Amino acid sequence: MSADTETHEGGHSEEWFASAKKIYPMATHGLFRRIKWTLLFITLGIYYFLPFIRYDRGPDAPGQAVLIDMEHARAYFFFIEIWPQEVYYLTGLLIIASIALFLMNAVAGRIWCGYLCPQTVWTDLFLWVERKVEGDRRERIALDKDPWTFGKIRKRATKHFFWLMIAWWTGGAWVLYFNDAPTLVWQLLTFQAPMIAYVWIGILTTTTYLLAGFMREQVCIYMCPWPRIQAALTDEKALNVTYRWDRGEPRGSLKHNKELAAQGMPAGDCIDCYQCFQVCPTGVDIRKGMQLDCIQCGLCIDACDNIMNKIGKPTGLIAYDTDENIERRIEGKEPVYDIVRVRTVVYAALIAFVGAIMLFTLLNRDFADISVLHDRNPVFVEQSDGSVRNGYTVRLSNKRRHTRAFMLHVEGMPPNTLVEAVGADSTFAGRPIIEVGPDTTREVRVLVSSPSWEKMPQSTPVTFRITESVMGEVVTTKDTFKAPGEP
Amino acid sequence: MSDTHNKEVDQISGVETTGHEWDGLKELNNPLPKWWLYIFYATVVWAVIYWVLYPSWPLVSSYTKGVLGANQRQEATAAYDKGVADRAQFADKIVAASLEAITQDQDLLQYALANGQAAFGDNCAPCHGSGGTGAEGYPNLQDDTWIWGGKLDDIHTTLLYGIRSDNDDGRFGDMPAFGADELLTREEINQVSNFVASRAGVETDADVDLAAGQVLYEDNCAACHGDNLEGIQEVGAPSLMSANYLYGNSLDDIKAQVAAPRNGVMPGWVERLDPATIKSLTVYVHSFGGGQ
Ligand code: SF4
Ligand code: SF4
Repeated sequence: MSADTETHEGGHSEEWFASAKKIYPMATHGLFRRIKWTLLFITLGIYYFLPFIRYDRGPDAPGQAVLIDMEHARAYFFFIEIWPQEVYYLTGLLIIASIALFLMNAVAGRIWCGYLCPQTVWTDLFLWVERKVEGDRRERIALDKDPWTFGKIRKRATKHFFWLMIAWWTGGAWVLYFNDAPTLVWQLLTFQAPMIAYVWIGILTTTTYLLAGFMREQVCIYMCPWPRIQAALTDEKALNVTYRWDRGEPRGSLKHNKELAAQGMPAGDCIDCYQCFQVCPTGVDIRKGMQLDCIQCGLCIDACDNIMNKIGKPTGLIAYDTDENIERRIEGKEPVYDIVRVRTVVYAALIAFVGAIMLFTLLNRDFADISVLHDRNPVFVEQSDGSVRNGYTVRLSNKRRHTRAFMLHVEGMPPNTLVEAVGADSTFAGRPIIEVGPDTTREVRVLVSSPSWEKMPQSTPVTFRITESVMGEVVTTKDTFKAPGEP
Repeated sequence: MSDTHNKEVDQISGVETTGHEWDGLKELNNPLPKWWLYIFYATVVWAVIYWVLYPSWPLVSSYTKGVLGANQRQEATAAYDKGVADRAQFADKIVAASLEAITQDQDLLQYALANGQAAFGDNCAPCHGSGGTGAEGYPNLQDDTWIWGGKLDDIHTTLLYGIRSDNDDGRFGDMPAFGADELLTREEINQVSNFVASRAGVETDADVDLAAGQVLYEDNCAACHGDNLEGIQEVGAPSLMSANYLYGNSLDDIKAQVAAPRNGVMPGWVERLDPATIKSLTVYVHSFGGGQ
């Protein structure tokens, strides 16, 4: 009948397919529970309230500290402003994030899963609501079996109402990162917000509600790729939530084991109370050893420690530890904790390295930019006087918040080369001066003509150099000047 | 529907078979997964709702319109009208401004170049090439050789009324057919062509009387092409000084053009394009770099 994994040995069970069993995690308290609550407050606090933090960038710029402005193609993070062509900063952040994940894994396995993963954090919050409304594990199991009385309907309705409110707020906070938060909140309240905002709120309300309310541990067990990658990356030195079977076995009820001990028989510290299993949000019995489903949340440690305190045994029957240390203890050796080892040092160094590169590029970020596109058709034009002309599309970027003028110079061409920019505002010593408005780009057509007496080779490397008129900021880029001449 | 008593039940799984058998293998008649079935039902419901709301069923000469009255043609037309209206504010300014003023105003210039580029691709590229480099018989707009002038105003006039076009205001230049109309003999055409070739640096025939050719040039050609072959823009007579000819640069090409000239036609665009677009095209063509 049942597809319980334990009854698999010998013969086949009658059902070939079993639905996932519903898990009713029990409440617990202790060190790791407190850490989890604290992290939940911090992470969700940042997520829900960050868009409301203001940051003054001057009159014509958005006053929101963290903002992704799709309409104007800019991203803001406090004093940093990123243009679309600078998304490599995001790449850097992603690299740091993934190495940080590897580092966490090298230190203590899936602690990301247990403490920081949004799936875990929101599931924790939803579970808290569930407990407040429907009661703890026993009550919830009983409630599920109850007939549909008024009281049950009321409890269920209350729970889903709060879940939906949290889910809706989650979606709502998301869209605030893409528009001025106070304005958008007002628009949302008065039903004047853009359609796309409602669509995204709808999508994220649904996903939050479904993932944190219903799918929960199944996301971690069946959907998420990280456990698979993690399992391939981890090593025997990484700390894992470990049942110290060397100390716990043979398990038995408190009374039974006391009797065994009294007779001088071996008796373990585990009193087989199943507390560790009942608090587990993924339905793992950690006493069976390290398992794919375990997210390293440490709640079973809290549960077991509470029991150990009650029965007057030392805590830490379940703890962050390694299998290696269990072996060592059996052999009577001291356990070793190699947090600082090649792997963790390399990861930490990589994070520092990428971080330093990013900081360096950020501090030395150019506030002007030039990109040049050579005409393809025609590649060059021969003039009646024998000179050759090349056309280029030049785009200048001004990342400052005031209009600036740039002088354009093309290096690498013979003297008396003519450089014209269609629409240039003025010239200085034959060099076009181009004004670019605040925080914007400008495209100009640049025509470069070689002197008529000069026989140009087929291709001449040239450098386009712009010099800002006030601060003298210089930016260059390379291109070529083409001519029909000999290669 | 069918008689369930005949259904065989698989011993191991306890599931009915479909009764199909291949070499002893029997297909189990497992039910469809529920999630799949419900999505299927949902799509059926959706389809019915869609029939009611939107145009769907073809009828003999029309179709069911749907209660929402959705019409993609209307949406497209509305979007087009909005585009025209959005552009109108720029178009009005372009019409009002002089050509020089357009090139000096950053915003107008940007608009004119973009608009001109699009219009060039649609209307001019078939003859002049997408880059404006032309082809034999179709002038190159990139270089500095202009038969009818390369100033903004010249280009504008040519664009508006065309060359040898139907338009009465069009530019008109007519090269006589010296051979076809028997104005010159074959030998004379040979001599004058060789003379022009010699001045343009094109290889000439051997044993040709270039002096005679020069006399013939002065008598027949100089009136339009100038005493020094420099051409006269007002009558659309191109300079013959360098081998940069519209109809080919070889001696044979020159002879052919003297004997039975081709007189290419450029249409006038004033009836086909709006004034703002023609002005934009003018600025765009001028920006190629050959403009004077
Ligand atoms: S076994 Fe322990 S650490 Fe692992 S998920 Fe369950 S409660 Fe958390
Ligand atoms: S909570 Fe501790 S004592 Fe209780 S069953 Fe789990 S490991 Fe054993």
